[in-house]
Amino acid sequence: MLFTSYSFPIFIAILCGLYYAVPKKFQSVLLLAASYVFYFTAGPSYPIYIFATSLTSWYAALRMGANAEAQSIWLKEHGGDLGADGKKAYKESQKRLRFGWMLACLLFNLGILGLLKYGNSFIANVNGILAAAGSGSRLSFLGLAMPMGISFYTFQAISYVIDVNRGVCKAEKSLLRFALFVSFFPQLIQGPISRYPDLSESLYAEHRFDFRDFSFGLQRILWGYFKKLVVADRILPLVKTVTQDPENYGGAYALLAMLLYTIELYADFTGGIDITIGVARLFGIRIKDNFNLPYFSTSLKEYWRRWHISMCSWFRDYLFYPLSTSKPMTRFSKFARKRLGNAVGKRLPLYIASFTVWFATGLWHGASWNFIVWGLANWAVLMISQEFEGLYARFHKRFAFASGTAYRIFTVLRTFLLVCCLNIFDCYKTLAETFGAFASIFTTTNYSAFSDASMLKLGMSRADFIIVALGSAAMLIVSLLKLGGSLRERIAQKPLALRFCLWYALFIAIIIFGAYGEGYDASQFIYNQF
Amino acid sequence: MEELLRILEDMHPEVDFAEETELIDGGILDSLDIVTLITEINDCFDVSIGAGDIIPENFNSAEALYALIQRLMDEE
Repeated sequence: MLFTSYSFPIFIAILCGLYYAVPKKFQSVLLLAASYVFYFTAGPSYPIYIFATSLTSWYAALRMGANAEAQSIWLKEHGGDLGADGKKAYKESQKRLRFGWMLACLLFNLGILGLLKYGNSFIANVNGILAAAGSGSRLSFLGLAMPMGISFYTFQAISYVIDVNRGVCKAEKSLLRFALFVSFFPQLIQGPISRYPDLSESLYAEHRFDFRDFSFGLQRILWGYFKKLVVADRILPLVKTVTQDPENYGGAYALLAMLLYTIELYADFTGGIDITIGVARLFGIRIKDNFNLPYFSTSLKEYWRRWHISMCSWFRDYLFYPLSTSKPMTRFSKFARKRLGNAVGKRLPLYIASFTVWFATGLWHGASWNFIVWGLANWAVLMISQEFEGLYARFHKRFAFASGTAYRIFTVLRTFLLVCCLNIFDCYKTLAETFGAFASIFTTTNYSAFSDASMLKLGMSRADFIIVALGSAAMLIVSLLKLGGSLRERIAQKPLALRFCLWYALFIAIIIFGAYGEGYDASQFIYNQF
Repeated sequence: MEELLRILEDMHPEVDFAEETELIDGGILDSLDIVTLITEINDCFDVSIGAGDIIPENFNSAEALYALIQRLMDEE
């Protein structure tokens, strides 16, 4: 069942009716059952995997929580008998036990993720090496399907286990409640990767029907469908046509596909997350935002603070910080400073840790060299920018125009173009195709295609271009209005007739201009494949 | 505290660290700054700030950060 399938609104309508009709203490159980039904319809074997992750994470955290409680009771009762060294040794031994539970749980769940997501790609690479070496033997591929949203729910479960180990949150005693946290269905399509302390209170609370929550939820869903159906899915055919045939569509075509893909990706991903947050809000459940006007960023560094926030903060909190503050890295830092001087020695651990994070971020997006190189390209740009920060600061101080609006608009456009260039790795299947297409933008002289009708033969008609332009303008205007605070809050204060007209117009726009029905194949969300 | 303020001011001379209370929430310190800061603090105060200690409440002000250092020194 997709967000864009006809059965989804029916599923939501029935579930909403049941949710507010059943006794409140059963609301969580109902959501859990609905989440498993939703997941079962995506793939009959999928619930087995998500349950295995839920069960192992819940149990490991429960054991860690019990150990931490037992430790504090034991120290209260017997701590006086021990000296400071004895207490420290006892605490260390208990910490190691908890770490053991955490590590076992992480290895199990990352093992499943690795096997299902990267197993076949690994085998393909090994077979490639065997072929290059002239060997006739080949490894056979795994016949296992990758469950929908596995990267999202695995990371969500892992964050909980680490948070329990760090003492950020307490272990959940109820398996059913915890299973709902991992499998809450609106998040299964493409995240966001919620943290237990952020989501649990609202997820487990008993909810009365609240008109404001319900209407805000519906409005957000509508806006999400507008972005997805009116903008993203209308662009999709052109991007597919161009990127699936790079031999024939280089130069101007590759440039157009690259620019349109970045708009498509924004409309698709933020639209999907709007639907996720809106659906959750129908049930009174609050999910944190995953975006903060990313295309208004003035640098790539800022962009990555505003785009896919839940994934970026996950890698920062659970990989970058632990790695860069680990004892081996601290020792390496001291060694590097002694041997290479303070300036280089201080930077090296940062570069190594951030390289690892961007390699992992690329790998997280998919088992393909394109994603890995995409991650490392981001890393390279970020590190170069970091090195030039002092120069930028002096530039801003020296030239007054660098503080003006015109320069800010220039930096926003520059960052947008940079993101477009980096996103090209998403579009093509191989690195050779990607670099070839990118190079063709500068070397192929077919830019007359912009002025004749060639661009209308790629899967987007003139009407499609006009609708996408108007839809993109609407997204831009809404983003600009959001700079002044919550737009929905401000609309809610307008007269009822005006509000009704506005939301009705949005609904009609989706019905009339949405890419669905005969001749269209409601496409899956881009981030669903991750 | 003076030593901590010196480390912070070396990183961002333009910030009034004695008064600022939104170093993380206000986006003044980013993740690279935090790691650099931890390396300096670990060296200077002979403590070990772990990844679990990196939460906004501990890093939003010089005062909060100093309280964390004191706590870690007591635990050592």
